[in-house]
Amino acid sequence: MSAPILEIRDLRVWFGNPPDRVDAVKGVDLTVARGESFGLVGESGSGKSTILRALAGLAPTWSGTITVDGETLRGTARSKAFHRKVQMVFQDPYASLHPRHTVDRVLAETLKLQGMDDVDRRIARLLDDVGLGQGFRFRYPHQLSGGQRQRVAVARALAGEPALLLLDEPTSALDVSVQAEILNLLADLRADRGLTYLMVSHDLAVIGHLCQRLAVMQGGLIVDRLDAAALRAGRADSAYTRHLIEASQSYVGSAG
Amino acid sequence: MSAPLLLVRDLRVAFPTRQGVFEAVRGVSFDLGRERLGVVGESGSGKSMTGRAILGLVRPPGRVTAQRMELDGQSILNLPERQMRAIRGRRISMVMQDPKFSLNPVMRVGDQIVEAYRQQTGAGRATARTRAMEMLEAVRIREPERVFGAYPHEVSGGMGQRIMIAMMLASGPEILIADEPTSALDVSVRTEVLRIMDDLVRDRGMGLIFISHDLNLVAQFCDRVLIMYAGRVVETLAARDLHAARHPYTQGLLNSLPRLDAPVERLAVLERRPEWKDGPLDPALVDASMIDAFPGGVR
Amino acid sequence: MTPLPDHAATPQSTRDWLLSDAPTTRRQARLGALYQGWLVFRANHLAVVGLIILILLIGTAIFAPLLAPASPYAQNLAERLQPPSAAHWLGTDHLGRDILSRLIWGSRITLFIVGTVALISPLIGLIVGTLAGFAGGWVDQVLMRITDIFLAFPKLILALAFVAALGPSITNAVLALAITGWPPYARLARAETLTIRNADFIAAARMQGASPLRLLVLHIWPLCLSSLIVRVALDMAGIILSAAGLGFLGLGAQPPQPEWGAMISDGRTYILDFWWVAAMPGIAIFLVSLAFNFLGDGLRDVLDPKGGAE
Repeated sequence: MSAPILEIRDLRVWFGNPPDRVDAVKGVDLTVARGESFGLVGESGSGKSTILRALAGLAPTWSGTITVDGETLRGTARSKAFHRKVQMVFQDPYASLHPRHTVDRVLAETLKLQGMDDVDRRIARLLDDVGLGQGFRFRYPHQLSGGQRQRVAVARALAGEPALLLLDEPTSALDVSVQAEILNLLADLRADRGLTYLMVSHDLAVIGHLCQRLAVMQGGLIVDRLDAAALRAGRADSAYTRHLIEASQSYVGSAG
Repeated sequence: MSAPLLLVRDLRVAFPTRQGVFEAVRGVSFDLGRERLGVVGESGSGKSMTGRAILGLVRPPGRVTAQRMELDGQSILNLPERQMRAIRGRRISMVMQDPKFSLNPVMRVGDQIVEAYRQQTGAGRATARTRAMEMLEAVRIREPERVFGAYPHEVSGGMGQRIMIAMMLASGPEILIADEPTSALDVSVRTEVLRIMDDLVRDRGMGLIFISHDLNLVAQFCDRVLIMYAGRVVETLAARDLHAARHPYTQGLLNSLPRLDAPVERLAVLERRPEWKDGPLDPALVDASMIDAFPGGVR
Repeated sequence: MTPLPDHAATPQSTRDWLLSDAPTTRRQARLGALYQGWLVFRANHLAVVGLIILILLIGTAIFAPLLAPASPYAQNLAERLQPPSAAHWLGTDHLGRDILSRLIWGSRITLFIVGTVALISPLIGLIVGTLAGFAGGWVDQVLMRITDIFLAFPKLILALAFVAALGPSITNAVLALAITGWPPYARLARAETLTIRNADFIAAARMQGASPLRLLVLHIWPLCLSSLIVRVALDMAGIILSAAGLGFLGLGAQPPQPEWGAMISDGRTYILDFWWVAAMPGIAIFLVSLAFNFLGDGLRDVLDPKGGAE
């Protein structure tokens, strides 16, 4: 059994100094195996996105141990090796692309920073891989729809050929029909490239669809862990999880 | 058979752009009785614009036209602003998505309700205050005194939305338009807020137009549903019949949702067909929006 | 970059090509963005008027030797204080020099002053402000306190100090204006940077390993430039007036240079009976300031994210 790609021990993340200190994450343990798709579910304020940000080096104050593929992380600085291995897709497609950079510029810069050569060919390949045609290459973000922007964000994340992808609510800002496309895309990419996903969402159905194992967070702590099969069967230990499952019930059967 | 509360025929909202005229709403017709009507669509479907057009909130250069738009038999189409002000808030109210943005951040909550109520009914301050407290209790806020004196940033999202509902229903309007009222709220709070809204609407015999992108939610809380696509109503049906939807867009929307109880390998992707946008509408699917078929609402 | 194979049987008009929502080359994307910005600008008629006036100013400065009917320094005491006539369209001043020629040649000085200050001040402000906003912490504190100190300097007093130390000249006047003019730009740039630096696209670039310098120059500066450009255009009027004020006080251009502010100063004593000597340069200053104000408003329509391409 290969070593887990991500190991988190007693992670605590806080903002500010006492007496205004806010503890967003209050001691979380997490292990994600290579090639696995792991979900973090919770409502707003549960700390789930904060864990991703701490991983990415975007949280200023944290304690505990985070190990990614054998490399221990410290503070907010991240090594080049880390950037090659771990990438992130953000929630808001309207904020994750620089408004003055074309798609081509975004991908070219990313490839350059990742030390990749053969930039032109790689850009063309990336656009194909995420289902955008070559016609999108020179568009500005305001000429793209939400779903298209998110595809560009995925392409950017894949440019460096990472092993672990952090997904922060990648479809919550998208329409239902577009969400289905992006979820399918993510599933396909994971199957094709053997990627590992750590996905955060408030939507249980989305997590249940894309993830194999999940952890439920509330108030900065993990209150429940289960796998997708148990989730679908409604077999949850904690009452909070059962409450979430109930709230996400579908009232409509399939149509057509 | 009573006349509908709200009657809309061939509503159109158009905006001039550099590339020509863009029609956000292209001929929407429906009746609203004392029932809960859901309007479902994705972004760009024109559902929010429909709500705003009814309230006269579409500013120039946007243009609203319709064959008829009547509230209790009286035309409210393109009324002069002064007359529209008498209707807005008093006879038709609107609850919007995020209480963070619809509540005035520098005024205490109670004062806002009082001000809104006084402006709509011309009542005195003492009467308005009593009424505000009544409404806060009606939306099941446990400590109405404390909340009355609180600022919007001191209350949670769910409570903020309940305050909005209290404010909008204080003057006893006949119709409530709720535009994505729970989209900014946590999942566990959503049901409660909707239930409160639902009870109030039913107790007062109001009509409710519930605009949302969330089919599930609408199915749960509405009697009838209009499905909108590219500015038109493509299907109308009773909420309990949603699973038997016949228009391919509605079916596509339902099937593309991931579901815990019906897992799939790949989600069905909606294949948009141009005839949904520009082709003729199936009268069998759409005419049922007229109140002849659904007098006074269903359920 | 090879363009896409043509998919249309009919050739696209240039306008359609520029307005296309799906550009196929880097050039098309850039030109398209510029053209759409131009269309927004053009819709504001006053802004276009401002632009025309400024183009005329630049043209006048460039072609001064060809346009001016006489030398700006040629004195003719027999013709002193002549009202506007066919021979001298704007009259003559107290030394018989043709006012029109002096205005035309003076436009070069005006442009020099305006151009230099417009380049130096915002640049200093951009660097200081974005550095402060981006770095935060003690760097921010130190830079902002320096900004506060410079903000407290009154422009004219500093110009006096410069003149006392270095002697009066246009260059020193410009230096004084540029050195005291940058704090507002620094504040503006810092405010923008504070907003931008928390954006997801900055975080994404960081996750690719972008250095802070790259983030600052390639990601943050382009976004700050919009508001800075608008602010500069709107400040131009004030800069011209400040330069004119310095000239008026004798701290900038020295005689016989035809600087517009100095011309007003010269005409001061004759203003009651020979109004044109002071009024003509006054009108010129007024027109150019107005033009910059209009231009600034128009640029704000184009560049302000609220109404623009975002």
